[in-house]
Amino acid sequence: MHELGIASSILECVQKEVERYPGVHISKVGVKIGELAGVDVDALQFGFECIVKDSELEPLALEVELIPRVQRCPKCNNEFRMADFDPHCPQCGEFATQCIGGEELDIAYMEVDE
Amino acid sequence: MSRVEVEKKVLNENQILAGQLRDRYRISGVLCVNLISAPGSGKTLLLEKTLERMDKAARVAVLTGDLQTENDAQRLAKFGFPVKQIVTGGTCHLDARMVEKHLAAWNLEHLDLLVVENVGNLVCPSSYDLGEDAKIVLLSTTEGEDKPLKYPSIFFKSELMVLTKIDLLPYVPFKAELAKENARRVHPQMEIIEVSSTTGEGLDKWMSWLERRREQKLATP
Repeated sequence: MHELGIASSILECVQKEVERYPGVHISKVGVKIGELAGVDVDALQFGFECIVKDSELEPLALEVELIPRVQRCPKCNNEFRMADFDPHCPQCGEFATQCIGGEELDIAYMEVDE
Repeated sequence: MSRVEVEKKVLNENQILAGQLRDRYRISGVLCVNLISAPGSGKTLLLEKTLERMDKAARVAVLTGDLQTENDAQRLAKFGFPVKQIVTGGTCHLDARMVEKHLAAWNLEHLDLLVVENVGNLVCPSSYDLGEDAKIVLLSTTEGEDKPLKYPSIFFKSELMVLTKIDLLPYVPFKAELAKENARRVHPQMEIIEVSSTTGEGLDKWMSWLERRREQKLATP
């Protein structure tokens, strides 16, 4: 239930960008959300729509790119996408592989109307 | 239409504050741990037993978070160590600003260990960095063994899992080995300690984990 807080952090970030470039209209903000970020994308979209409506930034779309969890094997350096909670390296079978991607909660880009 | 790359953390403000807290803990040599679990897994009881076992001269303080009431702070204050309640008033997690605000009256130079007891919730606290050295997740034997798989984010981000209420194992269908296996599937490097705050079993291991973790921090430049 913290998606509304995350939505408002995204909105605040866009507001700051608008202050830096007065007169521009931002039509879309793109965020990257890792599968380990603990964020529900539907709840985030819903919360974002609700708060954008009451802001001077409307219309502003939110685009979410989901980032899968990627592991690296310390034995053979193989990098692989982890699925079904199986951390084993598919190349050498090592169990204790390390997570190198999937924790993202980042603003990636904004689209500006010319 | 043109696209501008941004590359910024969504929770940038919280990250900055958490970074400042982390610096302050490092400079003062304080180990800060962030205790997270579902409601009722035994965070407060584990803390009571921890404080009870501490030397009276130990330099430890506790911040305890809840949506409402000062109950936990009252439970924890009787051991004579500094304790403060953070009442979030409905917010489902603690953030770095709340921690900073409630630390204001304490001199970190007088502390070695700061325990933050988060709001009972396995989801939201995982997104908010409090500047802690380690997140610690509690799982009790009256919950499901598949909780690590249902809430992977917090089990992934925690350095240690404390399996609580192990005195109940003979009476509940909980399979401890399966729970531990699930935790390690989410986080292969997870450390695990089994405790019963009621009988005291495993508490020595927990206490020495805290001590070792602080020594490890002090030894890291």
